[in-house]
Amino acid sequence: MDSPVGVERLHPLHGRRGGGAAVGLTPAQAAVRISLRAKPDAVSALSGGLGLDLPTRPKTAVVNADGTRSALWLGPDEWLVIDDGEHGGSADLVKALADTGVLHSAVDVSHRQTAIMVTGEAAAETLAAGCPQDLSLKAFPVNACSRTVLGKIEIVLWRMADDMFRVECWRSYSDYAFAFLSEAARDAKA
Amino acid sequence: MLLIRCPYCDESRPEIEFRHAGEAHIVRSDKMADLTPDEFERYFFLRDNRKGDVYERWRHIHGCGRFLNAVRNTVTDRFLMTYKAGEPRPALPDPQAQAAATEGNGQ
Ligand SMILES: [Zn+2]
Repeated sequence: MDSPVGVERLHPLHGRRGGGAAVGLTPAQAAVRISLRAKPDAVSALSGGLGLDLPTRPKTAVVNADGTRSALWLGPDEWLVIDDGEHGGSADLVKALADTGVLHSAVDVSHRQTAIMVTGEAAAETLAAGCPQDLSLKAFPVNACSRTVLGKIEIVLWRMADDMFRVECWRSYSDYAFAFLSEAARDAKA
Repeated sequence: MLLIRCPYCDESRPEIEFRHAGEAHIVRSDKMADLTPDEFERYFFLRDNRKGDVYERWRHIHGCGRFLNAVRNTVTDRFLMTYKAGEPRPALPDPQAQAAATEGNGQ
C-alpha cells in the first residue's frame, strides 16, 4: 500500500539563519560524504576513480575541475570526500571507488555530518571564538582544511575563499555548532 | 595553551587537539601468554613516572588522528621534541638546541 503522505528528510538545520552585517551563517546544502582510508600505493588509482587528485600534503583540500567534488586531507591515510554537485545525494562514490579495484575503505557518512557555511569579512574572527588554530591567511590559506575543534565539539574546517569557511560537524552537534557560531558572530567585528 | 608539533601534520598545533597516551617505548611481548603474573604486571601497570624529561605517547586525536611520541619535561611542561610512532627512542637534544626548537611555544 502506498503511503498516503510524503515524508521528506529534513536538514538538521532546516530554515536556520544567523549572523549579521559582517558574517553570515547558513546551513550547507545536502551533500554526499565519504570517509576514505587508503595506503599511499592506492592513492593514484583512487584519485582516478574520483576524478580529482587526492591531496597528500597535510592540511590541504583539492577541488575537481567543475567545483562539485572535493577531497580534504585529514590524516596521512585519511580523506573526507564531499560531493555537492547536481548529483548531491545520489552520486555513488562508494561504487566509483570500489571499481578501482585497489585496497581501501570507503564509508558513506553523508548523513552522519552536516555543514555550516561561515561567510563574510568577520568569518575568521567568528570561528576564532571557538577554534584554537591560527586562522590567519598566512597559516590557514584558501583551501587549507583540518580536523580540529570548535568550542566543545570536533569539526572539519575548510577555508574555501578568503572570507568563506565550511564547518563540517556531526549532525547531532549541529544545533550546538550553529548556536555557538551565532553567539560568536554577535561579538565579531571585522 | 601549549603548542605541540605534530610530525604528521608537520606543524605546531594547539594542545587541545591532542590526547595524552601514556609512557612511550613500552614493548609488548610477542609471547604474551607465557608471561608470569609479575612480568605482566611490570609490562601492563608499572611505569617509571620520572621527574624531568620523559618519553611519552600522544595522539593527535582532533587532528590527523595519529599516535606520535614526544619528549616532555614534567617539571616545566616543555615539549623538547616530537617524532613519529615507530621511530627509535632518540637521544635527548642538547639544551641549546632544545631552547631553539621550542622557541615560540606558548607556556
Ligand atoms: Zn597531526
